[in-house]
Amino acid sequence: MHKPTLTRRATLAAALLALSGLAWSQAQPIRIGSTLALTGPLSATAQIHKLVGEIYVEQANQRGGWLGRPLEWVVKDDQSKPDLARTLYEQLVTADKVDLLMGPYATGAILSAMGVAQRYNKVLVHHTLGVPSLAKYDMQFPAWSLGGDPATTVPNTLFDALAAGPKPPKTVAVVTSKFPSIHFMTQGAREVMKKRNLSEVLFLEWDFGNRDFGPIANRIKDAKPDFVWVGAIGLDGNLLLDAMKKIDYAPPQHFYLYPAPGPLVSLPEAKNALSVTIFEEQPPFTSNPGAGEFVKIYRERATKLGFPDPSVETQAAASYTAWQILEAGVTGTKGLDDKAIGAWLKANKVDTVQGKLRFDGFNNFGDDLMRIKQVQNGKWVVVWPKEVTAGDAKLMAP
Amino acid sequence: MPGFSLPSASLLAQSILSGIFVGALYGLLGLGLSLSWGLLRFINLAHFAFAFLAAYLCWQMATLGADPLLTLAVLVPLFFAIGAGLHALMARFAVTPFNSLLITFGLTGIVEALIQSIWTADFRKLESSYAEQKFKIGVLYFPVPELITFAFAVGLSFAVWAVLRHTDLGKALRAAAEDAPIAAAFGVNQRLNGLLLAGFAAALASVAGVCLALSFTLAPSQIYAWVGVVFAAVMLGGLGRAFGPLLAGTLIGVSEAVTMAVTAPSWAPIVSFSLLILVLVLRPGRVG
Repeated sequence: MHKPTLTRRATLAAALLALSGLAWSQAQPIRIGSTLALTGPLSATAQIHKLVGEIYVEQANQRGGWLGRPLEWVVKDDQSKPDLARTLYEQLVTADKVDLLMGPYATGAILSAMGVAQRYNKVLVHHTLGVPSLAKYDMQFPAWSLGGDPATTVPNTLFDALAAGPKPPKTVAVVTSKFPSIHFMTQGAREVMKKRNLSEVLFLEWDFGNRDFGPIANRIKDAKPDFVWVGAIGLDGNLLLDAMKKIDYAPPQHFYLYPAPGPLVSLPEAKNALSVTIFEEQPPFTSNPGAGEFVKIYRERATKLGFPDPSVETQAAASYTAWQILEAGVTGTKGLDDKAIGAWLKANKVDTVQGKLRFDGFNNFGDDLMRIKQVQNGKWVVVWPKEVTAGDAKLMAP
Repeated sequence: MPGFSLPSASLLAQSILSGIFVGALYGLLGLGLSLSWGLLRFINLAHFAFAFLAAYLCWQMATLGADPLLTLAVLVPLFFAIGAGLHALMARFAVTPFNSLLITFGLTGIVEALIQSIWTADFRKLESSYAEQKFKIGVLYFPVPELITFAFAVGLSFAVWAVLRHTDLGKALRAAAEDAPIAAAFGVNQRLNGLLLAGFAAALASVAGVCLALSFTLAPSQIYAWVGVVFAAVMLGGLGRAFGPLLAGTLIGVSEAVTMAVTAPSWAPIVSFSLLILVLVLRPGRVG
């Protein structure tokens, strides 16, 4: 007697489920447009952002999308050219008519995209803009939590770490690339050093793309500093360490601002090298919302794709954070209205893999969550501040 | 000048040595370009792309266990064939020198895209036993990869000089560059000689590529980082001259290194290009 009833109920439930699934799949997708430097000199890092975006969109769709609608990510190749990024963002808004924008990589392209977003009153969440003072647009939101004045706060964090370490330095050699987002940080570091009565024994600058680091290594060796601040971007750190090795010199303590993380950590000469990070694959970072699962999936995919460094660090974490911020804005306002999303983000904090972020500071930047990490036993370990170190990790000096 | 300081003797000497080594690489990269430009009137921008393609192939073979220097046994004939093939195409369509610049610029972009699609845009560093080796004489360090580059640059420049100066082939090449119709009237087979020279120039690019792989970390976009300074070395050294690129490259390398040693490293490129402008102004006939 009961069997037919159960069958009817099961059939009804299955039909409803199928209908709801059909309805979801037929729902108009939310289209999010962005560009990435899929080719050109920035593509090595941009491929990280592409993978992260794919993972996030896939995860979001598995959760049922946003507002009950699936996500569709329209990503175009800006060829590492900020001028092309500007054109493509125009296309995304006017021709592709995307619902929302996501930022590109890197600073130059972000500034281009910001100009377009401002013209069309669109919210722009961006991954790794290195110069907060350039982010003038009211509805831009940074996913890289480096604070509103990183040129002061980041060097202070570093010199705090060194002061608390086994060999607080007294003399510093400052060498730096003239790449814009590097140079202003180095200048800030020099100011911080003055205030801390640290003696600057050498200051050198080179143009982005410098090939020969031999004479720079020679001059550092000659200056005999206790500590070397290297305003490095990309491969600069590797090239400088290679040049130092050739003259049998190892800096006592050394810091690299934005090195290519994989290649640097794999160099034996990079032992004890310091750098900054907002995320590493270790507690307490992996306890942040979504972090554990993200790290696991990213590692699998990055390894499969043959990335030289499949670990989640600043770039991947900032990229994932950007998607978390945009989702928070959409779900918080239950809509796709850019002005409402912008206002909501300014008024609320967002849980991300980096921790809780706020956007009510200078140019919508919140707290400086940059941490100090060090190459120990061939891998990056967060060593400062103490509350984010794992186990008894601490800064080491030779 | 900003940051000017008197360097110590050891700093200056080591910097000059570093300049000589990097200058040798400028010269090695410039040698094939200079021969092709000066003797064939073929401005081959793709020379840099060939060098990087060879560097990546060297890296690939080395990761499979081959000695980086032994990869030359494969790379030299391979690039000889590529260079000769490219020249045959150019000759078939009677490409002018200016158009050759444009075509090979496009080819460079294609090779860069090819490298990126195979090896990705990530940095690649050749790990070899050579990288660990160096000699120390007094206070000066002589890294083995740089010594290898220097030896190749000097040896190949000398070999090219000897061939151009003392062989019938060299005389025929120089004659054809000087006055092609008259050379043809004397029975010079310009087509065959052109193929040989273009192949040889590309083979030189492969040698430079192996030297690049030994000393530098590779990335596809790095192709363009060498163009300006090597062009300067080629023009300063005089087109089609065997020792020209090496001498000019060394002059540029040393002047850059000394600039870096006594003042700001960011001044170094200004020195090399100022030298080029000076030569163009004072001795315009040297180029072309």
